Amino acid sequence: MSSTTAPRFYETKKFKKKVRHTFVTLLLLAGSTLILMPLWWMISTSLKSPAEIAQYPPTFFPKEFNFNNYIEAWQTAPFTRWALNTLFLAVVGTIGSVLVNSLVAYAFAKIKFKGRNALFVIVLSTMLIPGFVTMVPQYILFSKLGWIDTYLPLLVPAFLGSAFFIFLLRQFMMGIPNELIEAAVLDGAGHLQIWWNIMLPLTKPALITVAIFSFNGAWNDLLGPLLYINDESKYTLQIGLQTFKGTVQTQWHYLMAMSVTVLLPVILLFFFFQKYFIEGSNISSGTKG
Amino acid sequence: MKSSESTLVHEEAGSPVTRERKTVESARTKGLSRKAKDNLAGYLFISPWIIGFLGLTLGPLLFSLAASFTDYNITSKMNFIGLENYKRMFTMDDLFRTSLFNTIYYVIFSVPLTTAGAILLAVLLNHKIKGMKFFRTIYYLPAVLSGVAVYFLWMQLLSPSTGLVNTMLGWVGIDGPAWLFDPEWTKPALLLMKMWSVGGGMLLYLAIMQGVSTQMYEAADIEGASPWQKFYHITLPMISPIIFFDVITSTIGAFQIFQEAYVMTENGSGGPGNSLLFYNLHMWNNAFEVFDMGYASAMAWLLFIIVMILTAVNMKLGKRWVHYEGGNGK
Repeated sequence: MSSTTAPRFYETKKFKKKVRHTFVTLLLLAGSTLILMPLWWMISTSLKSPAEIAQYPPTFFPKEFNFNNYIEAWQTAPFTRWALNTLFLAVVGTIGSVLVNSLVAYAFAKIKFKGRNALFVIVLSTMLIPGFVTMVPQYILFSKLGWIDTYLPLLVPAFLGSAFFIFLLRQFMMGIPNELIEAAVLDGAGHLQIWWNIMLPLTKPALITVAIFSFNGAWNDLLGPLLYINDESKYTLQIGLQTFKGTVQTQWHYLMAMSVTVLLPVILLFFFFQKYFIEGSNISSGTKG
Repeated sequence: MKSSESTLVHEEAGSPVTRERKTVESARTKGLSRKAKDNLAGYLFISPWIIGFLGLTLGPLLFSLAASFTDYNITSKMNFIGLENYKRMFTMDDLFRTSLFNTIYYVIFSVPLTTAGAILLAVLLNHKIKGMKFFRTIYYLPAVLSGVAVYFLWMQLLSPSTGLVNTMLGWVGIDGPAWLFDPEWTKPALLLMKMWSVGGGMLLYLAIMQGVSTQMYEAADIEGASPWQKFYHITLPMISPIIFFDVITSTIGAFQIFQEAYVMTENGSGGPGNSLLFYNLHMWNNAFEVFDMGYASAMAWLLFIIVMILTAVNMKLGKRWVHYEGGNGK
């Protein structure tokens, strides 16, 4: 309630606002510490000696920095190979995802074809189907096709579109004026040309969003490789990390060193393309469960 | 651009042919052909999705429905066994009940916690304070980190004696539980891990909140509204469509919890006392450990039905509390 008499300094709006802002800042600082602490713990553990990790109470800063942990951990398994495999899958999958989803999204956004709206409703409703429901029959399908222990089950779906990315790109493309496309049509350009020459350049921010989310998704994917890959030489990093659990008797210093290494590209990607992560997640949040 | 020029030439070259026909008819066929061309282009462009939908979604859905009435195990022929699989779930498979209970427990706690956490975080991050960009980046960071490395990290953090979590609890005089080693605490442990990355959901709320006009808040200020009143009467109605969307998608997401439990328990065994044996983990084990594909398909279809019913209920309930702008006589 605002007072009618001259307010005291601690009753002024300005003061109250300042108090509130200070309070919020302190709260956010405390929260940030809580958020960053696990990451610090991972880095710190990755540099400690096994003896120091077992020590009670635990130390916050490693007494000595064993950078060798990283080299030794990398050498416990064919990690170079696995890293290259993962990179290959992520890059090819990302290219497919960007091209195909933008092509499909362009049709839903800008080409008037029969049944478009009904089909788009189907696209949206597939987002409600839990992935686990189709997992068993997909596995059977791919095994009948003889695709087990190849990268095809991991790559081909990326070239067949994803409802969520189609939705995201379509939303973005809807914002691009129709006049541009009509003018191009009058010039005799086909839809393929319009898509390639006009749409792709104009939707670059959205495409980058799709690219980083696809890359990240492929990089972090455990389920796909776990299901379809048996041959150790075809493993990805996520499966590779998994092997630590059985073979190495929880050597936390190695495990954390490898975890830092595997997460590093994702973290770098995040800091380089922060803006796009933040934009993309505006529509994406939640769907990742 | 060069290719578009060639098309132009091509069309002009074709036009004398059309000119030979009656003008009215030519206009009609030309109009039709444009429409037909658009139809063709449309279907061609979306054909990857159509193939994917038929081959990877609809086909598998129907196949698993059919397989759920059989004893299919990949090597055998499919024998029709009627509702046997469904009967087995409810009458013979104790682990099924455990896994359903664990999953529902997780959904019931994780959905409200993450939704409320994301909204709270968005409210905090919606202040005009120095360094806000830094804060937003930090809070969002965990959302992009996922996969095996993060699960291992949390196994380390939750270690009963030397882990960070219990160390910090020790500072405030709390004797922390054994987390992943105590059946009572395994699911709360996963919820804690989930809360760490709650910043992922926050961004959507933040984007909507930033779109709310400041005039409304200023008007409320003049009337002497408290921060809570402003939140309850202005912010909350404005973000309700997003809460609705978030609740539906995160419910579906939470029902699919798998990787955490698979990685953080010994070979997907389900943890101490089966306390982390989630629905999908049980289904996975049936499908890919013992290759009981028929039974796993029945489980999959039950999951599908449960999720669809919950989504429908959410949609029905949503009508009562979701506020759409313009729908309320603005």
